[in-house]
Amino acid sequence: MHELSIALGIVKIAEDETKKANAKMVELIELEIGTLAGIEFESLDFVWPSAVKDTVLENAIKKINVIKGKGKCIDCDTVFDINYLYDSCPKCGSNFKGIIQGKELRVKALEVA
Amino acid sequence: MCGTCGCGSEENDVLIQNPKEVKVHQHDHHDHSHGHNHDHNEGHTHSHEHSHDHHHKTVLEVEQDILQHNDVMAARNKGYFEAKNIFALNLVSSPGSGKTALLERTLQDLKNELSFYVIEGDQQTLNDADRIAAIEIPVIQINTGKGCHLESDMVYEAVKKLNIKDNSVLMIENVGNLVCPSMFNLGEHKRVVIISTTEGVDKPIKYPDMFHTSDICIINKIDLLPYLNIDITKLKEYALKVNPSLHFFELSATTGEGLEGWYKWLKENSANH
Repeated sequence: MHELSIALGIVKIAEDETKKANAKMVELIELEIGTLAGIEFESLDFVWPSAVKDTVLENAIKKINVIKGKGKCIDCDTVFDINYLYDSCPKCGSNFKGIIQGKELRVKALEVA
Repeated sequence: MCGTCGCGSEENDVLIQNPKEVKVHQHDHHDHSHGHNHDHNEGHTHSHEHSHDHHHKTVLEVEQDILQHNDVMAARNKGYFEAKNIFALNLVSSPGSGKTALLERTLQDLKNELSFYVIEGDQQTLNDADRIAAIEIPVIQINTGKGCHLESDMVYEAVKKLNIKDNSVLMIENVGNLVCPSMFNLGEHKRVVIISTTEGVDKPIKYPDMFHTSDICIINKIDLLPYLNIDITKLKEYALKVNPSLHFFELSATTGEGLEGWYKWLKENSANH
């Protein structure tokens, strides 16, 4: 799985931003991750300690805002919750949909000291 | 380290090599010893100003996409491809679907009509690049070490080494893995997912991300259908549930059955993308 790559990407962003702000360490990191982003939260937790070791994130609290999947049917405009990418429109059954939210994979904020 | 495939351990060095150059440059490494001396005469004094405002927290509103670096490099690759009119494909699948076999067959059959270049991605070995080099197609092998997918900066480095001519087709064969490569845009024009008839019909919904992000789905090994209990119609139904825009080709890289449709698509799209 790719969660380690993602964790290292998060570390890179945190290191860069902390340096820019002339801070030494991160106390809290806030992430936004959608349920359709392709991230296993358990895998991310598993790789986290080894990814953040000896970095500004080593002692940071990780807060994840989970964003639920939402789509809009292209055929009948119904907005509906998406748990899986293969969910079809509950009203008309169409498979054609736009994903409105749930693909997020972002560092939202850092609390630095 | 990743629990599933072991990606990202400390020995995770990415190697990008031309199989032909590797053959020439094999040599033994010799040892060096580097001696150096330091004088430690630090004659300065320390003076500090202490501020006692200990709880000085700052909140940085970062709002940055975690895959931003990969996306930026992918855009850079794509710009290069467009400037040189290179049609780039990212071939993805589970290990053993016949990606390399299909690639070999395609290159052999079309190499007089189209100018091809290949980037091979595998965790280890030059085996796939050797197979491509054997049919006289320029190829660069990326060994990802423990990494389970190609990233756009690796492709960027490989593309620089390939020195691709204008109006060519670049085939990027990703690491055999139906999960991780789906998140990493390489700058390709089209993503081609390959599934073989020996895999289960429900693979598209078990691994939806890859099918969701692909444009083309090739169903390989159709010559084995008489021996298998697989319903291709059902497989396509599942794939279309995930991605209703998928376009299918059913073929056998071994017998050549069904290749015409794939070749026609390749020729039309390489001329017009």
